[in-house]
Amino acid sequence: MLRYALKRLGSLAISLIVASLVIFACIEVIPGDPASFMLGINAQPDTVAALREELGLNASLATRYLSWVTGMLSGDFGTSYTYRSPVAEIIGDRLWISLPLALIALGLTVLIAFPVGILAATKRGSWADMSVMGATQLGIAIPNFWFAMLMVLLFSINLRWFSAGGFPGWENPLAALKALTLPAIALALPQASILARVMRSALLDTLSEDYIRTCRAKGLTQRQALWRHALRNAMIPVLTIIGLQFSFLLAGAIIIENVFYLPGLGRLVFQAISQRDLIMVESVVFLLVFAVIMVNFAVDLAYAWVDPRLRGRS
Amino acid sequence: MTLLSIENLSLSIRGIPILRDVSLSLNHGEILGVIGESGSGKSLTAFSVLQLLPRGTTCEGRINLLGEDVLTKSEKALCAMRGRDVGMVFQEPMTALNPVQTIGAQVAETILIHEPQTSKVDAMERAAHALTRCGLPQDRFPLGRYPHEMSGGQRQRVVIAMAIALQPKLLIADEPTTALDVTTQAEILDLLARLVREDDMGLMLISHDLAVVSDMAHRIAIMRNGEVVEEGGADLHRTMTHPYTKALFAASSHQPERNASPEDTPLLEVNDAIRDYTLPRKSLFGSADTFRAVNDVSFQIKRGESLGLVGESGCGKSTLTRAILGLEPLQGGTILLDGQPVGPQVRRKMQVVFQDPYGSFNPRHKVARLVSEPFHLLGRKATDAEIDEALMSVGLTPADKTKYIHEFSGGQRQRIAIARALIIKPELIVLDEAVSALDVSIRAQILDLLADLSDRFGLTYLFISHDLSVVRAITDRCLVMQSGKIVEEGPTERLFTAPAHPYTQTLIAAAPTLPES
Amino acid sequence: MRNLTFGLILTTIFAIGALVSFAWTPYDVTVLEIANKLKPPTAAHWFGTDHFGRDIFSMIMVGARTSIAVAIVAVVIGMGLGVPLGLAAAARKGSLLDEVIMRGNDLIFAFPSLLIAILITAIFGPSAVNAIIAIGIFNIPVFARLTRGAALSLWTRDYVLAARVAGKGATRISVEHILPNVANLLIVQGTIQFSLGILAEAALSYVGLGAQPPTPSWGRMLADAQTLIALAPHVALFPGFAILLTVLGLNLAGDGLRDVLDPKLRVLR
Repeated sequence: MLRYALKRLGSLAISLIVASLVIFACIEVIPGDPASFMLGINAQPDTVAALREELGLNASLATRYLSWVTGMLSGDFGTSYTYRSPVAEIIGDRLWISLPLALIALGLTVLIAFPVGILAATKRGSWADMSVMGATQLGIAIPNFWFAMLMVLLFSINLRWFSAGGFPGWENPLAALKALTLPAIALALPQASILARVMRSALLDTLSEDYIRTCRAKGLTQRQALWRHALRNAMIPVLTIIGLQFSFLLAGAIIIENVFYLPGLGRLVFQAISQRDLIMVESVVFLLVFAVIMVNFAVDLAYAWVDPRLRGRS
Repeated sequence: MTLLSIENLSLSIRGIPILRDVSLSLNHGEILGVIGESGSGKSLTAFSVLQLLPRGTTCEGRINLLGEDVLTKSEKALCAMRGRDVGMVFQEPMTALNPVQTIGAQVAETILIHEPQTSKVDAMERAAHALTRCGLPQDRFPLGRYPHEMSGGQRQRVVIAMAIALQPKLLIADEPTTALDVTTQAEILDLLARLVREDDMGLMLISHDLAVVSDMAHRIAIMRNGEVVEEGGADLHRTMTHPYTKALFAASSHQPERNASPEDTPLLEVNDAIRDYTLPRKSLFGSADTFRAVNDVSFQIKRGESLGLVGESGCGKSTLTRAILGLEPLQGGTILLDGQPVGPQVRRKMQVVFQDPYGSFNPRHKVARLVSEPFHLLGRKATDAEIDEALMSVGLTPADKTKYIHEFSGGQRQRIAIARALIIKPELIVLDEAVSALDVSIRAQILDLLADLSDRFGLTYLFISHDLSVVRAITDRCLVMQSGKIVEEGPTERLFTAPAHPYTQTLIAAAPTLPES
Repeated sequence: MRNLTFGLILTTIFAIGALVSFAWTPYDVTVLEIANKLKPPTAAHWFGTDHFGRDIFSMIMVGARTSIAVAIVAVVIGMGLGVPLGLAAAARKGSLLDEVIMRGNDLIFAFPSLLIAILITAIFGPSAVNAIIAIGIFNIPVFARLTRGAALSLWTRDYVLAARVAGKGATRISVEHILPNVANLLIVQGTIQFSLGILAEAALSYVGLGAQPPTPSWGRMLADAQTLIALAPHVALFPGFAILLTVLGLNLAGDGLRDVLDPKLRVLR
């Protein structure tokens, strides 16, 4: 088990290094001189030179990469060009909207998908199965931001149950959670539809395995065989999908923030793009990729918990 | 009182009749062997006793178990019966156990399901006892083992322990040893016979292999196309009257007639062959270990000879075969075909026939293209005449070349595989378990075909098999392989009647034999 | 079968709409008619008009062009690069090449197409091409993984061994024996990626990283409609339904195709 965890930790480190290199390369190498890019075509040469100095662009590539990475390791993401304040501070505030939103949505996804998928698999071919699977077809096909707009139309504008957007801050946790409710549902329902279908087919697959027949021959009912044996085996493909879904939820959160006027990472990064604040873009993207890689690491560990074959001989 | 009596059982799946009027009976302490080829309905007969049948199955007739009709029981009563009154052992031990649960938990579950008042500790203790009875003592196989940490034979013992944990009156074993090696097979059969004796159980032993069953059954039933064609005692081979039974016995001990005599010049020479595999590293910095699959193997095949290579799974015979075919590199030694190392020039003198008649062909190509694939070695396309000739020499017709492979039966596919091997007129044909997946009657026909072809074309065969009776029937000389080494070599008859090496002796003693009629 | 028929009908309707829009639309979508703005659906304007007085039905027809074109090109990029990579990785299983391809795939999976689009846009500015590249890049590992997984099990088949005995090399075997036998799977997965591409394009255009004005696109129509939703809900409804129905049609067609070709196919979701 420990060896497996160490091995995953090793590949985690490699993924992070390569990801940081890719992002660094995209931002700092490909487009030419970042300073003149950030200032636009009409910038004065001496302003460009001043910015180059400020950004540390006169150092070599390797030095710049190293100082970027070591900076991030110590919590220093650099200084935003447009906000004139530390990137880490700005991101820190915004992160506390986007990350909780994605995590709540992930929780909702699992909470909805598991019962629905299990129900559909146990009642395979029944009226309940057919209607639930029909509903998931719609859930997969609906764009989450449009679904969010429809919910705003219904719950905020017509029924007035929720405010149409904005975020009151975490000082009032209940109000904050309320503000995240509609966005989280909008994010979760499409992903829950996918996960429910995966859950259903994974369960049906494991139910046709030989060891389920062995269980039935021991005297287990089909239902007991499902809960005691099929479910845990079905978790292996389901976990894979949950890992993938987190990255979709995070990306989705950035988009959904627009519908609800939430001041999260999404709004920050889109502003940064239009203001050519490259350091900001670089930092936000790296942070998001970091979150995705960490979640995938957690999923890898969960695999080992579910599947003893991965733990190796102890 | 009879333990189990099946009376006039007819079974159909979605309206298609599968079993017709099957009647069988079984007493306490008795072993009933049920024999049949694929599609005979023997497994469905077994599953109908437990009522574990595919959706859409309907049964008519009566299945009396301990005085009650199974067919009228509710699903709840059936669940109470399964595992308590009847235990079942399946064919494929590698997939019969839940991979994410310990063996202890899986055996204890049989007890906990039927006796829910049992404490978990008690159930585990009884599971340990059942495992010990099945030859898995706690000091070497603790309850916390997972299935993937055990071999096929050991897993089959766990499945048996699960089935007999509550000492049921009836045990059904569906091809319990088909997936196992011959020595493991003998051990499992011994175990089953011992459990029958100790618990006074009835055992219904389903098999395609007459030899396996006739070694231990008190009574034998022969099934074909969903019907019991004949039933008799352990001396069925003397009392049999039905022509199908006779044909089955004849095919099982079939010895094809061969007239070719080997020349004295070697065709294939294997000299000090060594094949190492790199194992996954144990630690991050340790050096990678290697596993020697083929360890210093040398032998020759003479022109026109038929040489057998026998051994159990993992002995290295498949690796050696692949090395001979040039599919794997050697770490030492040489393999010479007609005096030259195996390479593009001499490859055309050698072809192969594989075991699985279903996986041997690309399902998207027509027979003409499938059969002519080896012409790639000659750098040209096969002519129609050449394809026709190859198909006809294996008993097929030229019209077959425009069909796809799914239109053929298993035996026909194996003929097509032989046609593919023959088409470029090689000198050596490697037969890798080439008849192992076939029913006995088909197997006899293919063996006849192979004998006939070697007479007609002067072919040389390297016949790799785990099945000793087949090797004995078709080869002149035989090699026995164990743990990567050839442990014994000699003329086939001598090897089988007077084995010299202890391992050969074990193998031959473990192989089930048909009674002489 | 029912799924396939229904899915194909839906998909065909939108494909025809997109094709017809090249030659004819009920109204010219480049002409602004502010006086006529935000009209609810009428006989003259079936889906009403938007905040510039443009006919929404015509906009949806032209927008289908963008959606379908972006999604198709992204699938072609994903298949064109992913399938050969997957075949190569499977043919040299366990080799350095395999390792590099698979690790590269894992890495791309950590970058949702939105992040790729953000990076590209930060550098080159927003455009529909960005959307294509971002979605296409994300499709590569999907097809590479799928192909490798399916190909690996085919490489252990006896017919591949027979081909090797016949002296055929890895490339030839991949083309002759592996590719035809993974084709069904690729077709079904391609349909699914097509539908995901339409969703992704809509999302990117919605946040301004995709097609730019004046190119009509369903995602941007929704972005424009957002502030007007209380005033004129129809402006937001119809483009959304267009996305929903196209994606639904493609998914149903994909499921139906799988059922017809081989119900046991393992697609990635």
